Amino acid sequence: MKEKVQVSGGTGLSAKDVSSGKIFVTDDSLDCAYAWDTGVAVNRYLAELKNGRIIATECRKCKRIMLPPRLFCELCYVPSNNWVYVQDTGVINTFSICHVHWDASRIGEGEKPHLPAVIEIDGASEGMGIMHLLNEVEPDQIKIGMKVKAVWKPEAERTGSINDIKYFKPIE
Amino acid sequence: MRKVAMVGAGMTKFVRRALETPKELSYEAAKTTLDSCGLSLDDVDCVAHGTAPDAFDGIHQNGEYMACGSGGWNKPTMRVFVGGATGVHAIAHGWYHVASGLFDTCLVVCEEKMSSAMPHAQGFFLTIFDSITERPLQPNLLWIFALEMNRYMERYGYTKEDMALAAVNNKRNGLKHPASQFTDEVTVDDVVNSEMMAYPVSRLDVSPVSDGAAAVLLAAEPVARRLTDKPVWIEGVGWTLDTAYWATRDLSYPRYLDKAARMAYDMAGIREPHKQIDIAEPYDPFDYKALHHLEGLQLSPRGKTVELLRDGHFAMDGNMPMCPSGGLLGVGNPIAAAGTMKACELFWQLRGEAGERQVPGNPRLGVAQAWGDLMQVSSVVVAGI
Repeated sequence: MKEKVQVSGGTGLSAKDVSSGKIFVTDDSLDCAYAWDTGVAVNRYLAELKNGRIIATECRKCKRIMLPPRLFCELCYVPSNNWVYVQDTGVINTFSICHVHWDASRIGEGEKPHLPAVIEIDGASEGMGIMHLLNEVEPDQIKIGMKVKAVWKPEAERTGSINDIKYFKPIE
Repeated sequence: MRKVAMVGAGMTKFVRRALETPKELSYEAAKTTLDSCGLSLDDVDCVAHGTAPDAFDGIHQNGEYMACGSGGWNKPTMRVFVGGATGVHAIAHGWYHVASGLFDTCLVVCEEKMSSAMPHAQGFFLTIFDSITERPLQPNLLWIFALEMNRYMERYGYTKEDMALAAVNNKRNGLKHPASQFTDEVTVDDVVNSEMMAYPVSRLDVSPVSDGAAAVLLAAEPVARRLTDKPVWIEGVGWTLDTAYWATRDLSYPRYLDKAARMAYDMAGIREPHKQIDIAEPYDPFDYKALHHLEGLQLSPRGKTVELLRDGHFAMDGNMPMCPSGGLLGVGNPIAAAGTMKACELFWQLRGEAGERQVPGNPRLGVAQAWGDLMQVSSVVVAGI
């Protein structure tokens, strides 16, 4: 049968169309500033990170030990205010070796690729991962299932931030 | 609930950077849709439209800005806003406007203009990460896909070559789509050897940045039968979301889609989707996502999808062609519009109007799906003739 697909508009522009001045462009730049309160549960998480420890909350119903800690278990919808310290070690659930910046520009020559990972933290429930970074490892040596440990900032430099853990590094 | 059908469809070309404004793109897609079924704006009772993040356009309350372009003047108009899932979610949204009996017709229009965001639209996705526990790590959008793709491949022992097969399939189909922004076929080697962006994601594993719009016209049964002898019925719709604590989910399986798909199939009375569905338009912003989503859509057993793909099961002449449109990988990915483009494809394919890329054997039942937000929302539509 004859094609009846209806297509109209969508006039493609080339870089030259813009640079030649044939197409007018209006520029603007937004500068937005925010100060986020960290909340009941995460505030304590950050306070403990400042102390060099990772703390989780346990759901009163399903008993999941959850990271990041939360005021309520979003699955059971009940309070999860039983605080539990967990380890600063874990297992790589998945990872990436990233060669681009946030704006899609490429990393420079000599700049190390970024090594994000999901790390399942020991002492939390199975599958309970947090996103963080890897370091002190050759990118091609990283494997899913590898055991890792947090490398902390010196105490005096900690600010109550997820960055109080500099990164995770492989351990035997 | 009343039966609802798609009675018209239309779209713009998908291009890297369009001269048209978001409003103009919406108008082109919506007007073409109305023309396709011989209607005017006077025949439209309400408008359901969608565009994904306001930040792309730098226009707060972008839906209101866009409304004139989607035919929303002086009509009940509502915007759907669930990131990448918007394009199919808007169909579900339009469907209940009509199924409820409140309106006889609903114009569904989705638009995205990604080229305005400088230097790259990807930067605006950073604000979807948790503001306190993730954003201080300075994440980049690709991480989330790379992490998920790696976990999916590890779980089933899939290789990058396996994933590339999906890109090759979809990009080949897309070359026959008149709205596609691509002109070249790619091979598995091309994909695997393309620039490594964030292992395991290479550049050709990814759909492009695009501008474009797509629309469909929905009508209640009596109106639909008056307008066309081939209404394409909305047999089922579904949508669900998973926890925003994405790093605590099993990334190898799209649980967010499992329930949405089952909701849509239940409504459509489909018990064995892998046998009953003739054509599938899984959401494919990345090649691995097409396969991941076929599993979530219950169209392929977990971990067996690459085997079926290699056997030709999802080829144009296979039992269940995957993305006959070309999908996001083969046509383009103007976020919200891409999902609606998939519904347009079901409309044209089920009516036998897809021309050169018509799926053989008179397909009667198709499914389209989209996915978005923090990898957590999915929407599904099942259409049949």
